[in-house]
Amino acid sequence: MRTFGLPDIWFIVAAARWTIALSLIAFVGGALGGLAVALGRTAENRAARRLATGFIQLFQGTPLLMQLFLVFFGAPVLGVEVSPWTAAGVALVLNTSAFLGEIWRGCIEAVPRGQWEAADALGLDYVARMRRVVLPQAWKIALPPTVGYMVQVIKGTSLAAIIGFTEVTRAGQIINNATFQPLVVFSVVGAIYFVLCWPLSLWAGRIEKRRALALAR
Amino acid sequence: MHYDFQFADVFAAWPLLAKGTWITVQLSLSATLIGLAIAIFCAWGKTWGPRPLRWVIQAYIELIRNTPFLVQLFFFFFALPAVGLRWSPYAAALVAMFVNLGAYATEIIRAGIESIPKGQIEAGLALSLKPHQVFRLIILKPALRAIFPALTSQFILLMLSSAVVSVISADDLTSVAANLQSQTFRSFEIYIVVTGIYLALALAFSALFRAIQRHALSYPDRR
Repeated sequence: MRTFGLPDIWFIVAAARWTIALSLIAFVGGALGGLAVALGRTAENRAARRLATGFIQLFQGTPLLMQLFLVFFGAPVLGVEVSPWTAAGVALVLNTSAFLGEIWRGCIEAVPRGQWEAADALGLDYVARMRRVVLPQAWKIALPPTVGYMVQVIKGTSLAAIIGFTEVTRAGQIINNATFQPLVVFSVVGAIYFVLCWPLSLWAGRIEKRRALALAR
Repeated sequence: MHYDFQFADVFAAWPLLAKGTWITVQLSLSATLIGLAIAIFCAWGKTWGPRPLRWVIQAYIELIRNTPFLVQLFFFFFALPAVGLRWSPYAAALVAMFVNLGAYATEIIRAGIESIPKGQIEAGLALSLKPHQVFRLIILKPALRAIFPALTSQFILLMLSSAVVSVISADDLTSVAANLQSQTFRSFEIYIVVTGIYLALALAFSALFRAIQRHALSYPDRR
């Protein structure tokens, strides 16, 4: 056993870049997937709606940890060996797609029906109607909950530690096993997440309030 | 690539899986009840309490909401025993869960209280209802009605994130799965079955809560 010192803190802080990288992958991939899910959920095609609904129910109704395990232990069954890094990336992208898809569905549906009809009456096709009329308005509604959801994504990356990917939480476990100073170690780990998440929470709260004020006017 | 799925070992262990399922449900329900008690106190404190109390409650909510549940669990399980507080994995899991739920539920309950227009409370008092009647009939029931969907989805989120407590072997459903995996090496099959159990739990509870909402919390429809 050795004492807990600056190099240990530095080891945990340096691991934050993996937490940030994984969060960015999950968020960017999840945003693309989420847009597809949200469009599927609001589509006129019944099969697309069913598929998107099933996808959302499956990922919102099961633990993120199980999704991670299924990708990690399931990929070798399909003949692909995956690293914890890939498994975590894939599972988080799928999970984020489902949650953002459901959030954005609500935002798309919140755009007044008259806007859709007006776009239709002007002879805009589906792509133009979505791109020029519906999505820009849905975006304004979607911004606060989307920023809020980024906090959930960052926190979700901590589960990658369980399959052995060395991000902040796993780095904390490693240092704790070496120094046995859990109080300090997990305080540092918690503080790093707090520093990453709190500004986003504050930002989400602020734009939410601004939007509420704008609506009340 | 060919893989023989073998579910026999998994289904043979059904008594263990059933016990794990029960512990997951039990943990989630008790954490929700205790967490709600904390949340009601914190909602009161944040709205009407003295300033230092408000500050402490705000710090608690922000800390919990901006750190991962897994780290909170490690903190309760590893860090607190280091300062002399020893407890079982089950107890640490339960505490981590209700502390977590308490923070989220506080905001939900506050939103519920704020959804009651002040005029309605004044109207109740003007009709000479007693304060406890005003609280029960004018504040509690409509507020509960407004927050019930948010509370129940928070419960389901908590139940699903409780899979994480398996890392400290709290005997829950995922812990059972991890033990089975080390005995049978059928990890994929085990996690498929266990994921199915979680999905069934989530769907069953959300159906149950919808039924409760419909029967107990809707106003009689008089036309």
